Parts: sequence; structure tokens; C-alpha cells
Amino acid sequence: MAFSIMERHKKIERNVTLLAVLAFAAVTVGGIVEIAPLFWIDNTIEKVEGMRPYTPLEQAGRDIYIREGCYACHSQMIRPFRDEVERYGHYSLAAESMYDHPFQWGSKRTGPDLARVGGRYSDEWHVQHLKDPRAVVPESIMPTYQFLAGRELEPGDRSADLRALYLTGVPYTKEQMAKAGEDLEAQANPEGDVAGFKTRWPKAQARDFDGDPAKVTEMDALVAYLQMLGTLVDVNAPAAQETLAKEKGR
Amino acid sequence: MADMNKRIDEPTGVETVGHEWDGIEELNNPLPRWWLWTFYACIAFAVGYVVVYPAIPGLHSATAGTLGWTSRGDLAKEMSAADASHAAVRAAIAATPIEQLATQPNLQRAAIDGGRAAFKVNCVQCHGAGAAGAKGYPNLNDDDLLWGGDIATIHQTLQDGVRQPNDDATRMSQMPAFGRDGILTAAQVQDVVSHVGVISGQEKPSKAATRGAVVFAANCAVCHGGGGEGNRLVGAPKLTDGIWLYGGDRAALTETVTNARYGVMPAWGARLDPVTVKMLATYVHSLGGGEKAAPAVVVPQAAAK
Repeated sequence: MAFSIMERHKKIERNVTLLAVLAFAAVTVGGIVEIAPLFWIDNTIEKVEGMRPYTPLEQAGRDIYIREGCYACHSQMIRPFRDEVERYGHYSLAAESMYDHPFQWGSKRTGPDLARVGGRYSDEWHVQHLKDPRAVVPESIMPTYQFLAGRELEPGDRSADLRALYLTGVPYTKEQMAKAGEDLEAQANPEGDVAGFKTRWPKAQARDFDGDPAKVTEMDALVAYLQMLGTLVDVNAPAAQETLAKEKGR
Repeated sequence: MADMNKRIDEPTGVETVGHEWDGIEELNNPLPRWWLWTFYACIAFAVGYVVVYPAIPGLHSATAGTLGWTSRGDLAKEMSAADASHAAVRAAIAATPIEQLATQPNLQRAAIDGGRAAFKVNCVQCHGAGAAGAKGYPNLNDDDLLWGGDIATIHQTLQDGVRQPNDDATRMSQMPAFGRDGILTAAQVQDVVSHVGVISGQEKPSKAATRGAVVFAANCAVCHGGGGEGNRLVGAPKLTDGIWLYGGDRAALTETVTNARYGVMPAWGARLDPVTVKMLATYVHSLGGGEKAAPAVVVPQAAAK
């Protein structure tokens, strides 16, 4: 039997047309298995309430987070294991990264996971910690980021930033994109157009994040970003629990 | 056909495949049995895996598998098993008033251990791994607690936090920014700093300190007490000892009197479950002073007559 299979295989090896047709068929199957699910990938992300795109200031903070390579030591994904859930909070949901381009899940935890760091510490703690991590955590090996407090955020074209993200599929409204520059100022400056900011970004937190109301620094942006991480979706809300229970089939 | 050229290779006793290139021939060795059977076993395993575990992607989700396994379900199981193993002790701690925990040493030890675990997750970021604190974050290993050190008081401080705007029972007080708001002149601030330096034993009496004593009596004594002994009702620290939350040197004291301080702590009652808060209070109480509760105020008999 084994012998006869070998004999038939020789026919394929010796007939170029037959080999081409069958190779194409094999690649087609592989292609369908690998490519087709991408067209339905959105269906597999569970719907959650509360997700919104990043505000211009948070987006600027996120850019600093990436620029400074925070992801090299901090992950942003809490896996569904007891040790992680008890330390960091509810496990991360796919939808919580849906406006991340690129996402910051990471795979290296020299420092703690930051997926739900928002609201866990005061702004003042973050500023102290970023300036000198040893001041609050003596055993920390994190580098100091003192300079963030002194550097004003580069002016740049915030509208263009949001527009670029819009083109990759982040649903910013026209107004949000047009007023990005003003909103960035307003979120970090309690004297600014906070009312307008609040109408365009209903649940975003607006305050002076770095304790220096005179200017909008990179520290403001980074702390604003950290303070919203993982806070958008209320994972303990009854509706969310119900969806998850359904998903678990219980 | 090339098969015609098949022959038994003499040195090895194995049949050749029948090809021959410039005198080089290929032996038709069979695959090693162990390899072949491992290969078949992997195929069988994969088939079984696809049946019992989630595997084949569909439009909305993958096939569920006959075992019904999910990583979330696994987590839920693990969490409920852990909860169940703690349930008896937690129920006992919940049922015991916090002042009575000390009468049951086993329960107290369990509460301290549970508190230590919760402390490592929630408190070390500010109070430090050994609860030794840092500038602006109190050391919990001593008996000098701003808002009171008996167990029920610590429990309430944890429960409602310090200066939390949305909590009615929170520990609330606010020192005026004497310098910034122009209540005292810069010179008066320096005088009062000298006075505090004297009562804390850091400086020798001086004219400035004498002037400062007057300023102190008029502005500070209402909270910190006439002799700087502090007042736990408003969280006003004792100024006569060597324990300083924000530093006791002239520069730090000047900064404190000029701009005031406004330390905060979250209201843990809103973030953690009641038993965990109770265990944390027991742990913190066990760290330092272990202060006894103040005796209940008894109305003297004489007054009743």
C-alpha cells in the first residue's frame, strides 16, 4: 500500500502541469485559512461600552510613552490569570486596545503592567515618580524622567495627528480633529476652554496634571495618558459582567 | 523506467531508489519507526485537540470544543477556588468587630497576614515595601499616627481616606498657606520657623524664636496646640518630636508654612471589600505603636448627682 502511494506520487512529480494545479490548490487552502479570518476579525471583538479614542493630549502622551521606550519594560495587557488579576485588576479586553496604533501590549515586564494604572495613583505621585522613581519606590530601577517636567510640548499639528489616526480607522469626529490644538491646551489648563473640551470629549479628565499650570509640558501629556489607561471601560458594571458570563457560556 | 535500475546496495544491504547521477545513487532507507509513530501520534493528538478544545475559527467565534474550556472560565474557577479556601476565615473576620480581633490570636494572625498581602498590592507604592514611608508619605512603623493610632481609628482612616472630596467621613483638614496667601509676612514665617526649631529641639532660643512664639500662639496653636503637641482630630502633627512628614529643616519648614501641605490618601472602602480593609487596618496596627483604644468616656458619678 505504502509502495503504491509512492508510485502515484511519482506521477505528480513528473507531470509539470499536474504539479502546478495541485500546488495551487494547496496554497489556496492555506491562503483561505490565513487570510479569510481577517475579513471577519471585527466580529470576534466583544462589544464594550465606554471606549473612546484618545484626546489630543493623551495621544501626545502616548507618543512620548513610545518615544521614551516605556514599552520596553512595561506591558499593557493583563492576562486572565489569578496572580495578574489580583495584582493589576480585571484582565484586559481586546476592545480596550481598539484605538491603539500600534497597541502597547508588550511582552516584557521589567516594570509592572500599566494596562489599568489610570486612577490608581495621584497626579502628584506620578510626577514625583517620573522625576525620581527612587523617591517613592526605593528599590525601583526605572530611569529618571526629570526633563519631561521642563519641556513644553512641541507645538506640532495636532489636527494632522488625529487625521492620520482617522485614516487608519479611529472614529474621530470632524470637530474633534479641527479643534485638536485647542483641546490639547484645554485639557491641561483649567483656565482654558474646558467647557468646549468637555462637550467634545464628554468623559475625559481635564486638569493641570503636572502641578505647573503655567505651561503644557510633556509631563502633563504623559500623566494625562497614564491616568486614563484602563479607566474607559467599566468592567465591573452589571452589563459588562453579563456579556462576559455569556461569553463563558454560564 | 528508472525503477529498472533498482538494486540492492551491497555494503548496506538496502535497496536503491533507482536513480543514478554520474555514479551517485540514493539508498531507499525507510523512515525510522520511532519517528513515524511520533508523527502519527501528533496527528491523532491534533484531531483530538480540535474536538475537545476551541480550535476552528468561524465568523463570530471559534468552535467551542466538547470540554467547553475558556481561559476566562479557567480563571473564574481558580478565583472561586481561592475565594472558597478563604471563605471561612474571611467570614469570621467579617463577623468580629475590629476591636475584638486581638482576643482571638488565630484570627488576628490571619488578618495580619491577609493585610500584609493586600498592603503589598495597594499601599507599598507610597508607604514603601517596609511601610517606612517617604517624604510626604507617612512611616507606619512608629507610634506617631497623624489621625490616631488605635485600631478602630486606623480602620476609619483607611475606609474613608484622607482629604477625599467625595467622602463625607474622610479625614479632612486644611492648613492655610500662611505665606502664599499673605496671612503672615516672610519675616513672620521665618520667626515661626525658628520657634518650631526651638520647640523641636533643633535650634537654640533666639530673638526670632521669641517673636515666632507670639505668631505661633495666634495662628498655629489652634490646631497644633499651645506647645506644638499636635491634634489628631484635625490631623495636625506634633511639632516637638523628631518625626517630620515633609522634612524638619528650615527650608522644608519654610516651604510648609508658606504653601501648606495637602497630603491625600484614597478612600479604600470604595476600592476594596470591607474584609480586606479590616485586614489592612489590623496589619497597619500591628506594625508600629499597637496603640490601645482610648477608654470610653464615662460620665463621672459626681456629675450625675
